[in-house]
Amino acid sequence: MFARLREQGRTGFVGYITAGDPEPGRTPALAAALERGGVDLIELGVPFSDPIADGPVIQRGAARALQAGTTLRKVLDIAAEIRRHSDIPLLLFTYMNPVLRFGLTELAAQAATHGIDGCLLTDLSVEEAGPYTEAMHASGLDTVFLAAPTSTERRLKLTAQYSTGFVYLVSRTGVTGESESLSAGVEPLVRSMRAHTELPIAVGFGISTPEQVRAAGLHGDAVVVGSAFERIIENSLATGGIEERLEARARELAAGLPSKKP
Amino acid sequence: MTTPQPDAQGHFGPYGGRYVPEVLMAPLEQIENAYREARLDPAFQNELKDLLANYAGRPTPLYRARRLGELAGGARVYLKREDLLHTGAHKINNCLGQALLARRMGKRRIIAETGAGQHGVATATVCALFGLDCVVYMGEEDMRRQRLNVFRMRLLGAKVVGVTGGSRTLKDAISEAMRDWVTNIDSTHYLLGSALGAHPYPMMVRDFHRVIGEETRRQILEAERRLPDVIFACVGGGSNAIGMFHPFVGDEGVKLVGVEAGGRGAGLGEHAARFSGGSPGVLHGAYSYLLQDGDGQVSLTHSVSAGLDYALVGPEHAWLNDTRRAEYVSVSDAEALEAARTLARTEGIIPALESAHAVAEALKRAPAAKGELFVINVSGRGDKDTDIYREHLRELDEQ
Repeated sequence: MFARLREQGRTGFVGYITAGDPEPGRTPALAAALERGGVDLIELGVPFSDPIADGPVIQRGAARALQAGTTLRKVLDIAAEIRRHSDIPLLLFTYMNPVLRFGLTELAAQAATHGIDGCLLTDLSVEEAGPYTEAMHASGLDTVFLAAPTSTERRLKLTAQYSTGFVYLVSRTGVTGESESLSAGVEPLVRSMRAHTELPIAVGFGISTPEQVRAAGLHGDAVVVGSAFERIIENSLATGGIEERLEARARELAAGLPSKKP
Repeated sequence: MTTPQPDAQGHFGPYGGRYVPEVLMAPLEQIENAYREARLDPAFQNELKDLLANYAGRPTPLYRARRLGELAGGARVYLKREDLLHTGAHKINNCLGQALLARRMGKRRIIAETGAGQHGVATATVCALFGLDCVVYMGEEDMRRQRLNVFRMRLLGAKVVGVTGGSRTLKDAISEAMRDWVTNIDSTHYLLGSALGAHPYPMMVRDFHRVIGEETRRQILEAERRLPDVIFACVGGGSNAIGMFHPFVGDEGVKLVGVEAGGRGAGLGEHAARFSGGSPGVLHGAYSYLLQDGDGQVSLTHSVSAGLDYALVGPEHAWLNDTRRAEYVSVSDAEALEAARTLARTEGIIPALESAHAVAEALKRAPAAKGELFVINVSGRGDKDTDIYREHLRELDEQ
């Protein structure tokens, strides 16, 4: 997914939004706004009723999306709509149960024909991932797994083995959400991960300022921002103008990216 | 069943396992290793045994309920009196075990979830006993329904945090406890209160409650010189039931009956009968029977009994169901309330509403079971449910 970035030697910018927040019909325009603002890959969150890995901002986004009738099937349609206008890489970002219910093979087939490039399930450990990775890879989809500050060397290696496309490195212990500063543990964690994989490494969780984007981008190949965008959606519900504000926020954060990789 | 359950990855057949964010995987491995060591350590086992006997009040009696048996007309009925334990329910068995384990692992902060407040009270109790910091997550709706238990926890020194997300009940309290845990993983042990969650919790919680079934086995052999024909236990997450059932799983002549909450109707959202109304899915770390909609969103549940009011059943029960080693049925709110009144008036025992579900199923089957030997696990006492009993049995207040 990051082939082009590698060629250009740029640090990638990954943006997360919950699909269907505030309404399914609006997500394609929000994705386009992020792309205009400098986002290189979009994580489309599929809302789940019990999002244990998410902080309050994304929890509320998921609740709004579910309230608006968002389902995995609708998110696939949203992806197809985005794909009609853009070739930006799309990663489904969700939990295991909606995917199990949809059917692993069925989802893999449908995702591929709807323009999805890969999938990340936050509560799927590599130990349980065999049937899932098999189904996804058979349809040509990437499977991205999380590595965390608590991961042992053995687990970093497993994460590298099961991941394709890129590895998502969680910068701190905790749930999604903005934080004051980037954990000092990111640098050694990225270094440990590199010993196990050639894949690009994206760094995420708790990144919401240009300074944090810069700090994370100095170590990782890409930087992920999620809650900061969800907060824009939430704060714009009453006032409107979500697209403009999202684009502006993305541009502001993208300005923090280190320009050239060595 | 010849292969040990669970397997090395925590699977009971296809169920159980570890479905959690990567941040929790290494900590779960640490808990598993610490637990496997502790299990073989005589010092750990002796300390737990001493606390169960001298602090919690074990063994609990196995009591022959003659009047209840006569009224039901048929079976000889015994009650396993977990309601007589300190803090009023079986929950203390697991809390003592996990608190000892937390201390062994050097964790000074304990978090827990609670629905009705029984597990929260038991957790607050052991934290007071061991001088550990204690935070209990509880849905705001449950806090309103169980004000007395909220106060008990605070009196014991615990901090009770109201959860405002989702349905504001047990499911949301577990989610919030898991979020706390991923954030404070170094200092904190999550003292999960039922045979749920990611491996090793279902195995560990079961093992800490196995004492219920082990005592029952010894006691019934002493009293009747034979094993029971049928054992009844209520099933929310299923900790009291698995603790009671497990020592009897190899005894094919002993029928095991788990009783879920039938609530107020058969529609999704009206009950917590996972086996008849659900299908396999993943929630809070485990794969098991789950009440969910067609899109894989977890359903809301209802039961008059907060302890049975949860969308996923413990994974070992799912396996006992599929292998037909245990049978799972459900009992309605109304039947449970009526059974509670019957037990109160025949034996002078007011059961927890959860336990009343097991009593109700036994009463249904007793007339056709002449000469059979029944054991009912009375997992908790009814003091905590007094307000709910009052609300539903208004005529008693108006006498």
